[in-house]
Amino acid sequence: MSFETTGIIRVEDLRKLGLMPSEARMRKGPVVIVECVQRIPCDACVFACPFGAIVKENINDIPKVDFNKCIGCGACVLRCPGLAIFVVDLSVGNGKALVTVPYEMLPRPRVGLRAELLGRDGSSLGYSRIVKVVESKDKTYAVTVEVDEKLAMEVRGIRVMGDV
Amino acid sequence: MDLRIYNHPILEFKRDKEVYFYFNGKRIKGYSGETIAAALYASGYRRITKSPKYRRPRGVYCMIGKCSSCMVRLNGVPNVRSCIVPVENGMIVETQEGYGELPSSVNLENSEDWEEMETDVAVVGGGPAGLSAAIYAARVGANVLLMDENYRLGGQLIKQTHKFFGSKDLYSGIRGIEIARILEDEVRSLPNIEVMLGAEVFGFYEGRILGVLRDNRIVKVKAKTIVFATGASENFLVFENNDLPGVMGAGAAQTLMNVYGIKPGNSVLMVGAGNVGLIVSYQMLQAGIEVKAIVEAMPRIGGYVVHAAKVRRYGVPILTSHTIKRALGRDHVEGATIVKLDENWNEIPGSERDIEVDTICLAVGLNPSSQLLFQAGCEMRYIPELGGEVALRDENLETTVEGVFVAGDLSGIEEASTAILEGRIAGISAAMKVVGVSSEWIKKREEMKAMLKEIRSGPFSAKVVRGLRKALIGVVS
Repeated sequence: MSFETTGIIRVEDLRKLGLMPSEARMRKGPVVIVECVQRIPCDACVFACPFGAIVKENINDIPKVDFNKCIGCGACVLRCPGLAIFVVDLSVGNGKALVTVPYEMLPRPRVGLRAELLGRDGSSLGYSRIVKVVESKDKTYAVTVEVDEKLAMEVRGIRVMGDV
Repeated sequence: MDLRIYNHPILEFKRDKEVYFYFNGKRIKGYSGETIAAALYASGYRRITKSPKYRRPRGVYCMIGKCSSCMVRLNGVPNVRSCIVPVENGMIVETQEGYGELPSSVNLENSEDWEEMETDVAVVGGGPAGLSAAIYAARVGANVLLMDENYRLGGQLIKQTHKFFGSKDLYSGIRGIEIARILEDEVRSLPNIEVMLGAEVFGFYEGRILGVLRDNRIVKVKAKTIVFATGASENFLVFENNDLPGVMGAGAAQTLMNVYGIKPGNSVLMVGAGNVGLIVSYQMLQAGIEVKAIVEAMPRIGGYVVHAAKVRRYGVPILTSHTIKRALGRDHVEGATIVKLDENWNEIPGSERDIEVDTICLAVGLNPSSQLLFQAGCEMRYIPELGGEVALRDENLETTVEGVFVAGDLSGIEEASTAILEGRIAGISAAMKVVGVSSEWIKKREEMKAMLKEIRSGPFSAKVVRGLRKALIGVVS
């Protein structure tokens, strides 16, 4: 079933649209995964990127990402109105990966707090600790959690648990 | 009961001044800034009034003064829209019986006691289109009178906590509430714009005179040109028990949550998976409300999949080819029966399922608020792609009545970004008709048209573009 029926974007969808970086690039360090798969009129990510790594010729185009220019800084994660941009880092080793997700819920995230890892359909993929939090001036957070490497493309949301 | 929200990830609600009023003899606490319906809702009163004929329980439906679901008697005066009148100390609010009668204290002898005003450009409606029209008309050099029946500028932007799509020049990546602030600041900084709030434009009369009701007094506004930007109202849907309190527009729920900081309920069924249904569902999660399901009669999600993905990640099911069959409950919503549809939109027998919810939100499209255009004599056409009855207009958004312009959802249901551009085009055009044509502004107007064209070039705009073709008249160079 397509994402138009399920509301769930799959890795295959991203690959088809050229939005998946190569595995080699992902192993090198943090890189952006722009999960914006429909032609919609928006250019927020283009102007958010300080490196010019995201391009749209027509405002309705699907974003084109230059994965070599992208350093995975996450500036676009905080700006995207669709909350559709994530950062994945497979350079961690030990079978682990870092995933950065946009977050606009309560409780507010803090480094060290426990978080439930949520899959693309909201299913629980386990628990982890928050290792990094960046806050935008308009109250969006980019929250980084450590996950099993095989879940790097599956964890797309978190539920922040209170202090333990 | 207190349904007020005290912690929110995006919003802070100021509730500095307590206000006490009476509802059917009971003393109710509200806060200044809340409307009567909002304060009642917060205190657990979902049933505010009764239907005039069958005396069925009635609550809020639109929360922005567009429907008549919440009309009460206020200090003896009937048919007051409780959703837009701010609470004041000592108000006496009563459930209305029947259609209501004028209180004996109203003196019709004084009905000639009106005020008169004149302006170059009158702008009706202070949402994104109206604000932009006022700003650009003023920049061109016209004197502008901007009117809105609400007590705040911004239209529906004031409840849009999400960041907007669109282009950088149209505030992409910025929250709607912030865009409202930016546009309002600009309006307030222009000395040739006068803002009149709490001003209900109720009529259009010969000679481009607008009848305006403010503080129970009539103001006659004579305008050289007029930009109508009155927005739209939420569509209703036919199903059993659809008038139960607790069935409301998704936008109404959004107003309760994001403008007044009041939970519309604790568990919700959302009907409609267009952008409004998806966005409001997400904002409900942000307010700590459970969204049990989103049902969509179409076989596919109508809104942007990025919005759908946001709610799916929190486990909210989106059931395509499903619709609501009935609302359950006697006095207020206690549940909903949903049903699966086949490819011919027929209910599949035996597929009914009851869901326990206390609120049902309808996100089934919007309908342009075009009543004043009919009165003005504009040639109107029913164009389903634009949401309903719209005025025929030329490229500069002038209708068939000279000097009368339209912009925003009123000219066809679309997005805030296109409303802003249309407002600019209509504002420039309306002002040039008064102060004279300038090549510089014609050039700017052409730039706006080019931006509109680019924004509308995507697949999600195809339907609107088809509709606009039917609404366009005249040939403009």
